[in-house]
Amino acid sequence: MENTYLTIVLAPLIGAIIVGLAGHRLGRTLSHSIAILGVTVSTVLALYVFNHHVLQGAEVFNENIYTWMQVGGLNMSVGFLVDNLTSVMLLVVSFISLMVHIYTIGYMQEDEGYTKFFSYISLFTFAMFMLVISNNFMQLFFGWEAVGLVSYLLIGFWHHKESAVEASLKAFLVNRVGDFGFLLGIAVLLMFFGTMDYVEVFTLANQVNGQTIFGDISVITVICLLLFIGAMGKSAQVPLHVWLPGSMEGPTPISALIHAATMVTAGIFMVSRMSPIFELSDVALTVVMVVGAITAIFMGLLGIVQNDIKRVVAYSTLSQLGYMTVALGVSAYSVAIFHLMTHAFFKALLFLAAGSVIVALHHEQDIRKMGALRKKMPITYITALIGTLALIGFPGFAGFYSKDMIIEAVHFSNLPFADWVYYAVVFGVFITAFYSLRMFFIVFHGESRLDQHAEEHVHEPALSITVPLIVLAIPSVIIGYLTIEPMLFTGWLDNSIYIDASVHGSVAALKEHFHSAFGLLQHSIVTVPFWMMVGGSLAAWVFSLYRTDWAKKIQERFHRTNYVLESLYGFDRLNDIVFANGSRKLGEFLWRISDMTIIDQFVVNGSARLMRFMGSVIRPVQTGYLYHYAFFMIIGLMLVLTWVLVVGENPLIQLGS
Amino acid sequence: MMDYQFNTADLFFALPELFMIAAIALILLLDLFVSERFQNLTYYLTQSTLAITGYFAFNLIGESAVIFDGTYVLDTIGSYFKVFMMVFSIVALVYSRHYLRAHNLLKGEYFILSLLSVLGMMVMVSAHSMLTIYLGLEIMSLSLYTLIAIARDRAVAVEAALKYFVLGAIASGLLLYGMSMIYGITGSLDIGQIAAFATGANLNSEQVLILNFGLVFLVIGIAFKFGAVPFHMWVPDVYQGAPTSVTMFLSTVPKFAATAMLVRLLIDGLGGLQAYWADLFIILAILSIGLGSLVALMQTNIKRLLAYSTISHIGFILLGFITGVVEGYGAATFYVLAYVLMSLTAFGIIIALNKQGFEADQIVDFRGLSKHSPWFALLMLFVMLSMAGVPPFIGFYSKLFILQQVVSAGYIYLAVAAVVFAVISAYYYLQIIKTMYFDDAEKEITVTAPLDMRIILSINGALILVLGLMPSYWMELAISLF
Repeated sequence: MENTYLTIVLAPLIGAIIVGLAGHRLGRTLSHSIAILGVTVSTVLALYVFNHHVLQGAEVFNENIYTWMQVGGLNMSVGFLVDNLTSVMLLVVSFISLMVHIYTIGYMQEDEGYTKFFSYISLFTFAMFMLVISNNFMQLFFGWEAVGLVSYLLIGFWHHKESAVEASLKAFLVNRVGDFGFLLGIAVLLMFFGTMDYVEVFTLANQVNGQTIFGDISVITVICLLLFIGAMGKSAQVPLHVWLPGSMEGPTPISALIHAATMVTAGIFMVSRMSPIFELSDVALTVVMVVGAITAIFMGLLGIVQNDIKRVVAYSTLSQLGYMTVALGVSAYSVAIFHLMTHAFFKALLFLAAGSVIVALHHEQDIRKMGALRKKMPITYITALIGTLALIGFPGFAGFYSKDMIIEAVHFSNLPFADWVYYAVVFGVFITAFYSLRMFFIVFHGESRLDQHAEEHVHEPALSITVPLIVLAIPSVIIGYLTIEPMLFTGWLDNSIYIDASVHGSVAALKEHFHSAFGLLQHSIVTVPFWMMVGGSLAAWVFSLYRTDWAKKIQERFHRTNYVLESLYGFDRLNDIVFANGSRKLGEFLWRISDMTIIDQFVVNGSARLMRFMGSVIRPVQTGYLYHYAFFMIIGLMLVLTWVLVVGENPLIQLGS
Repeated sequence: MMDYQFNTADLFFALPELFMIAAIALILLLDLFVSERFQNLTYYLTQSTLAITGYFAFNLIGESAVIFDGTYVLDTIGSYFKVFMMVFSIVALVYSRHYLRAHNLLKGEYFILSLLSVLGMMVMVSAHSMLTIYLGLEIMSLSLYTLIAIARDRAVAVEAALKYFVLGAIASGLLLYGMSMIYGITGSLDIGQIAAFATGANLNSEQVLILNFGLVFLVIGIAFKFGAVPFHMWVPDVYQGAPTSVTMFLSTVPKFAATAMLVRLLIDGLGGLQAYWADLFIILAILSIGLGSLVALMQTNIKRLLAYSTISHIGFILLGFITGVVEGYGAATFYVLAYVLMSLTAFGIIIALNKQGFEADQIVDFRGLSKHSPWFALLMLFVMLSMAGVPPFIGFYSKLFILQQVVSAGYIYLAVAAVVFAVISAYYYLQIIKTMYFDDAEKEITVTAPLDMRIILSINGALILVLGLMPSYWMELAISLF
């Protein structure tokens, strides 16, 4: 099997290398064929692996493939851990990636960087595989950085656009914050566990549990929180979410692949993988749950006031990632993975549908300039409708099952704040339905607001765009119904996820109340989330179709609230002012005193001025500026001496005695 | 000391130094007599001298002896450092020649002074007495002061040289004062005897006080050579003012000598006081990383920017020494190696863009480099990502190893602070990448470097990636030196 796993991982890499190096010589058709072939191979083999592990119940595969280096006691190697969780992830990633590859043929056909783009997305697929298949923290971190790197490259893909370059830089910097937390987490973990291998770490977890750091803080809690900071960066949780809306500057296929279906869920995957550690810290789990709830509800609210078609979907992604994070917090890891999977399908579908509209309208993204597209683009309309229904959790569709399970899991949780979080996620359903259908109605229904020229030319895009839409629409309908029972209740993920059922009983309680997928469907009509969904849908209909003037009135009436939402709660401005400006100011301040005043003013400018005035070359050096430097050194000496002799930890001279 | 017998066999162990002295004398004479037409002769002789000296040093790896009445030592770390210094000096001189040609500075003195300073560094590396250390330090420094002033018609260069000279003299004075304190209390200049005294169990508190008093001055002397805050004031001025080839030399090879001085004085000599000097290093390190990262944000001159970036790298190197374990010292040495590789490439690329009368030393000069010379832009990208600490480049590992050691020594807050500043410094490295890749060139930029330099520079840059992919051998080597 080892060769099969290797082939899955390497096929896209080989495609990426060939297309990347020789793309311009191979031509477009050959390039995309090679890239797609690579991903197809991976997809077929991923199906085989899925069958082998999940359906046939094969042994977990855990081996080091290649030892990279051995420094002291630190072993860094490339290794594969293939269990059911990995198999599910491999299949989801390869399938979505394949669809996006095909879609790209149509979407990017007029772009100059056509072959480069294929090379990047294949490279991304490779990096994502490395991330999910890893059996140790080092490789996880590498995959983590590699998917990030390709993501920055792709956000800035249209680098002639100033905004794209800025967004790419922003994504990079914000992710660095998360990544350093993540790296520190791994460092602390290494310090206490002495190994980076998952399985070894998990077996040692109980021994380390109870040890403390910084006085009396639990080591496990510190590790979990630091790792979770990494997850917050990658999975865009508040307050490290600011890069995700900006990432919409990149081409739409990568928004679907990277910023909706796969990379942003890496954090969710990571926490699920680490469940044996997270289970030991209620503090960490509570933080995870609360952060998730905040993201779920507040990012959803922002979706309501957006007018850029991709940004609405982006905020919806943020909100759904929040839901997954909430599920992690209440120890319902399998439910999080379940929602991750259904979300991957329907959100990729929604993004690709949005992309289809964008292509048809010649890169118009403002929903206020769309409308009544349902007759002109029937396939996009129907698939987008399916995606939207799945997203809002309409009974029977994929999202219904996964979201309902998250809400129920929160309901059964006994963590502190769980009841508040429960209200938040239930209200979140209303918001989700509202912003999703608002966008859907404005784009596809109502009156056309297209300009004359566009009106005449709008038509359904090429087959390479519509086929992936149709293919993704199928799982968006049925995948929830088909997999809820095996995935959550009959043990698909049991060998990957550990839950301390004696303390965190929500999944056990779910199991107790669950009878069948169909039963859940029948029961749905009497549940609160259902009526929330209906309410949100009605509200969307009222404000976007029935009484469009009401939205404006409400905006005027509640202009302060509206302002808060439109300025995205001021996160960007806060970052600008506090972090970007702050460090710039601090640098500037130090630069002013040391460089500008002392060096520039006195030495550089001073030299120039004096040379001009005195006409002398030797003079400027003879002035007192050296004395400044020397003075500085002597002051330094004094401070250091004082520190050693009087102040430091073991003062050598006792003052006053 | 009176009964010292000169032993001819000792000369064998000092072969690299002796050979170099002889070669310097010879080249100095030859240079006077050869005509202008053969001005390359000095260059090739210099390079051969370095290569042969390096070969001798390489052959001595594994030997160890204390010679010349305990003033001189041959050991593994010394031999390895000498080999590294020779290799990097050769690379630096390959780059330098191109620069010197472009700015009409190609003179024999340049190479002879370079050799002399390398000789001084070798003496420092092999010193086993405080006096020998001081001797080596002065041979090196005096040659470097003169090298900076070699562009004597450029006011900034002369100014930089004079500043460096005066401040260097003060630092030397402080260092000597510290040495005299240590000598006064231990009664010996010999590193071995100082070590024996300082680790002695029955030191009374007054002896500890005086030792520490001397220690502070030694640490300051070392900090000045490294350019650690607050003894860094010369660094930006000298980096900017000196001819770029001298800046490159100054920022790379002498870092080995400074590390060796630290090892000889503080680890070999005053290892018993590790807890005391580690305390000082914490302050120096964190100030250096902080100031280096923050002030670099505002620079427009790339040499000045690299000066501040150096200061922050120095902070990381010092962090490795606070741990007091061989793994930490090894990590610091590895960091020196990584830093020298990165710095050489960075300056090499700056020099590669020089042409007659034009210094590519402003960041704006790099605009659109990726379009005119994608290969060199890529190498510069390697350097910047590596300096920022992005995997899989060597700069990532060097930071990782240091942080790992700092954390396992229990200084978690230091690791956190270092990481925070590393994040800040990523900004200006990225700015350069952005300038190269996303800005349009205002004027034509051409890579003027000759073929030999292009090849060496390419290897040099590629090593940043290659060693990043397989760092374990070098890391283990670095640890084994202690």
